[in-house]
Amino acid sequence: MISKKLILGSFLAMGMVFSSVAGHAADKKSKIGFVYVGPIGDHGWTYQHDVGRLAIARTFGDKVKTSYVEKVAEGADATRVITKLARSGHKLIFTTSFGYMNPTLKVAKRFPKVKFEHATGYKRNKNLATYSARFYEGRHVVGLVAGKMTKSNVIGYVASFPIPEVIRGINATFLAARSVNPNIKIKIVWVFTWFDPGKEADAAKALIAQGADVIMQHTDSPAPLQQAQKAKVWAVGQASNMKAFGPKAQLTAIIDDWNSYYIARTKAFLDGTWKSGDVWGGFKSGMVKMAPYNKAIPSNVVAMAEKAKDGIIAGSVHPFTGPIKDQKGKIRVAAGKTADDGMLLGMNWYVEGIEGTIPK
Amino acid sequence: MNEWIVPVLLTIITASTPLVFAAVGELVVEKSGVLNLGVEGMMIVGAVLAFAVGVTTSNAPLAVISGAVGGMVMALIFGILTLNLLANQVAAGLALTIFGLGFSSLLGYGFVGKTFPGLPKLEVPFISDIPFLGPLLFNHDILVYASVFFVIGVTYILNRTRIGLLIRAVGENHEAAHSIGYSVNTIRMACILFGGAMAGLGGAYLSLAYTPLWVEGMTAGRGWIALALVVFASWRAWRAFFGSYLFGGITIIQLHAQGFGVEIAPQFLSMLPYLATIVVLVLISRDSSRAKLNAPACLGRNFHASG
Repeated sequence: MISKKLILGSFLAMGMVFSSVAGHAADKKSKIGFVYVGPIGDHGWTYQHDVGRLAIARTFGDKVKTSYVEKVAEGADATRVITKLARSGHKLIFTTSFGYMNPTLKVAKRFPKVKFEHATGYKRNKNLATYSARFYEGRHVVGLVAGKMTKSNVIGYVASFPIPEVIRGINATFLAARSVNPNIKIKIVWVFTWFDPGKEADAAKALIAQGADVIMQHTDSPAPLQQAQKAKVWAVGQASNMKAFGPKAQLTAIIDDWNSYYIARTKAFLDGTWKSGDVWGGFKSGMVKMAPYNKAIPSNVVAMAEKAKDGIIAGSVHPFTGPIKDQKGKIRVAAGKTADDGMLLGMNWYVEGIEGTIPK
Repeated sequence: MNEWIVPVLLTIITASTPLVFAAVGELVVEKSGVLNLGVEGMMIVGAVLAFAVGVTTSNAPLAVISGAVGGMVMALIFGILTLNLLANQVAAGLALTIFGLGFSSLLGYGFVGKTFPGLPKLEVPFISDIPFLGPLLFNHDILVYASVFFVIGVTYILNRTRIGLLIRAVGENHEAAHSIGYSVNTIRMACILFGGAMAGLGGAYLSLAYTPLWVEGMTAGRGWIALALVVFASWRAWRAFFGSYLFGGITIIQLHAQGFGVEIAPQFLSMLPYLATIVVLVLISRDSSRAKLNAPACLGRNFHASG
């Protein structure tokens, strides 16, 4: 009895999710679908993807019809949702979480005429492209600023999971900070969650209590920034401009900006020139941006940060330029060389100078 | 030593307080024989309402009360479903959590990105300035003191008063309580509402004091931990208090230990609070007669007065 009710209820819930998606089968507009892992109100990752979706809607007006399904669990649920989107006439579908990789590939093979775009993955197909952003370029810039702004010479880093993406960010931050401040130290606390405001705040408090006066985070809520504001230390916003949560504390923020990519891909799709491929964009393509700098930062520091950013865009600066040694002293990047994308994507070691070990 | 131990202890207090509220509230509900798995849902509705009212009116007391009312309204839904309509308590509780998470996102939609100054600290002149003990004991917001007050109050009422006896009676044997003329469902409804208000206060503490902001799903599973703590406490309020602080304490200490570079796998440290819960569960349930003595005999069973 109960199980019957539960099943009925879940069907009802599914129906509600899809009613918005399936309701426009009749019009001639090109239908574009988005699958999100979080709620669009997370003020971080999913929020920025939805900003991108709205940019498509604004740019192409009547030519397109966009729709989205939020809070889709990674795995079998994703397969079902993506299939449903493809079946209901969506011809271009963006799936925006790493865990959608296999589901997207599976559905892409079943719907050869539909174009798919998967964020942060590496499996491609004729009709499945991948894209991601070089957030480590932003980490380089904030590392420079933090190195100059810290008084205690301790950066506190609230880290989520020990995956290459996060480790790359820590290394990029530390290398940049040390290049302008040889006494810099970085303290890292792993919270093993992407999103738990309470725990993220506690980690930030622990770091501040232990002397960190610049708080950085690779988690999704603005709670660490808010703690920094309370404790009157600096912090860096994550994924979107989080200034509202710490107007005095936020030095700047690394912003994910998918707008230009989404618009370019939609245009290619409408023109019939869409091709599968892989894009890993940074400052140059506009996928990574810096929020306005805090007024309290001296102008020469801002100038240095801007110069580094311009250098990255021009190709004269690379955040991982040798010589780079790992903690054991082994040379990973030779002097004068830069790390290639393969090394960046698989980075599972700390650079020399970072204390502690990466949790296994 | 003072300069790092005081912040650690202060953080433990803030991390434990929401758990104390939710656990003590649920404990009273379960003592009356009702299992409400909707703690997470009631907490988050309390959190969003408290924050919304706080931001809109800038009135901290009103915000706190709104949090409690939010939790109570959710609890009322649960009470009507299970007591009046005799719905299955487990299913209704789970539904309440799922509903609460979704409903709070809807309510909070316009409040993402807003900030609230936090709850004022109640400072006692001179005494709050005593080194060590001053900041630790005499410099908190009202909800921290309230959580301690509720633990003492609930312990006293459950064990020493007629009302407590009635609550325990309907929890242990609802037929007997009914046969001597007490309205089982009225007593249970009162307990459910109290539990809802407490969960709402726990949520309000999260969104007003702990991290004064609103983001979807910000309770992040604390309601479930509170449910586990009730069993951990074998239905004793002071043990639930102790359990909350143990849980909060281990969580915080492992974060600080990482910062100090203690070379223990953080995954292991993250696991510790849960491990501690299991160990204590094993210890207290070793003596099965004593464990049974504490668990309300009618827990989870609906009552319908027939004939």
